[in-house]
Amino acid sequence: MLFLSRTLPVIVAFGFGVIGIAIYYIPHASAQNLERELALWLRIVLAFAYFLGLYSLANLHWERIRQRGSGWGYSLVAYISFGVMFLFVVFNDGSGPFKPQAEAGGYQWLFQYVHVPCTSTMFSILAFFIASAAYRTFRARTPEAAILLVAAVIVMLGRVPIGRAIADVLPLASEWLMEVPNLAAKRGILLGVSLGAIATSLRIIFGIERSYLGGGEE
Amino acid sequence: MSRLIFLLLLGCVFSNPAQSLQPQERFEAFDTPNDAGGSVTLTWPRSSSVPAGEVYLVSVAIAPGGPFYPAVEVDAAGNLTSGDEEDRNLHLARVREFLVGEQKVPLENNRPYYFRLGLRGAGQDFPGGSTVEAEARGNLFNWLKLNNLILGTAFSLIILCAIALARRRALYIRRIAGLEALDEALGRATEMGRAVLFIHGLREMEQISTIAAVNILGRIARRTAEFDTALRVANSNPVVMAVSQETVKEAYLEVGRPDAYNPDNIFVAGTDQFSYAAAVEGMMMRERPAAHIMMGYFYAESLLLAETGSTTGAIQIAGTDAFTQLPFFVTTCDYTLLGEELYAASAYLSREPRLLGSLKGQDIGKGMLIVVIVLGTLLASLDLPLLTSFFSAH
Repeated sequence: MLFLSRTLPVIVAFGFGVIGIAIYYIPHASAQNLERELALWLRIVLAFAYFLGLYSLANLHWERIRQRGSGWGYSLVAYISFGVMFLFVVFNDGSGPFKPQAEAGGYQWLFQYVHVPCTSTMFSILAFFIASAAYRTFRARTPEAAILLVAAVIVMLGRVPIGRAIADVLPLASEWLMEVPNLAAKRGILLGVSLGAIATSLRIIFGIERSYLGGGEE
Repeated sequence: MSRLIFLLLLGCVFSNPAQSLQPQERFEAFDTPNDAGGSVTLTWPRSSSVPAGEVYLVSVAIAPGGPFYPAVEVDAAGNLTSGDEEDRNLHLARVREFLVGEQKVPLENNRPYYFRLGLRGAGQDFPGGSTVEAEARGNLFNWLKLNNLILGTAFSLIILCAIALARRRALYIRRIAGLEALDEALGRATEMGRAVLFIHGLREMEQISTIAAVNILGRIARRTAEFDTALRVANSNPVVMAVSQETVKEAYLEVGRPDAYNPDNIFVAGTDQFSYAAAVEGMMMRERPAAHIMMGYFYAESLLLAETGSTTGAIQIAGTDAFTQLPFFVTTCDYTLLGEELYAASAYLSREPRLLGSLKGQDIGKGMLIVVIVLGTLLASLDLPLLTSFFSAH
């Protein structure tokens, strides 16, 4: 059992890790075909995993309804929404479940006029959250926060017409802040991330990092 | 009169495209380098006698004597190779297929093809004369990525050397505040008798940031199992959920608390970005976990989650390599793991010498990059782009 739960996953991780690296440098058709094949396996695994996901989601909401937990009414809405969408998908605007999904019909209507507006509403809430987060951040309690506040004000003013009306230098200062200090920090983070990714990959490929198997060292 | 006839004849000669298509001594065909095959590259010198507007016609045959089929058309003023001064005077064309009637026929690997260069001008096609032979082949190494291989190997060796060194002696690792605070967050949750909510990012399991997040989850699960604190894990991807379930289960088994493991606590909250955010926000507000730990790659939902979480008063620790989302986490979370700290977290939490050695290797690599950046800036300022070329992606 230890072989199946510990050694085999490390061997598989090593094998596929080395293959993945090699494929990146080998343009030969056989290597590219292997990459496509592996991507196909991944899609097949993902397709089966979606059943697991569906079960998990259904179970999560069912438990909440069964226990009359806080907000169980929302879980009921989730069940009803899923059921209605599922029925429309199977009905498929009269074509049945074995034909490609119709361009019109109940499913498309629900998607366009219920799902998309709900998603857009969630996205639009971001504007208010950005304002409240910015308010907290821009309170100049420390020198760093004060620098952030000044930089943010310059960038914001430099990107709207009123900024130029106040002073011609504001758009230039805004551009400089974005192109020099901001870009330098961004690239610094990217370099660190790349090195971190290499280190993590090596730890997994060589079996040094095994926490994804349950957190244990040797 | 005779002078007029002479001028007319001269005009005819210079306007005739057939005259401008001289035999091309440097018309060359060769296998396109660094590719999977199925392609042949042709080059020939730019001719000043071919006026703009005329078009070179490349035709292909499978036998030396033809028949020749049309393959590529190249504007006489365009498709020049870049590079040094001489190369800028070369036309370049890549042939991957040719037309037989209406049908496109791709080039096959390891089969000889014959190429001929013609010209179209003044509404007429002139087939051209000499032919060249080449065959397409699949290449075993992309030489354009040689610098990438050398740099990747060098950094890998540095990290492996640091790991080997860490086995022999203790290495100093800088303190990462966000990770030091993890115990505080888990302890707080234990004292309050509330759950810890671990929130995965949106990316799939094969992404390195998700793997790093799962590694951290394994470490956290061990601690929550030891402290007997409930751990809830929200996922947006079913594969990540399945891996997380196994990771948490193994962690609970390892600390001898298999009874405390509940697979229902690791769940898919929604597979759509904002559905996921809405579901997790609902949990934050209703269940009031004592700690929110957000790890992985996040998009616009980062602020929705973190801002909602901050209103519940929970201690929040986030880690992401998505630099566009870092400002949102920094402003709304108590601690944030920036960029590579996400990858360092699992090793840092384990305190295992070999894993810590890899962190030291990362730091050495960063130090070397800083030196290279300074040196490269100096050399580039002196118009010596040696390092710039070596570090460029081709």
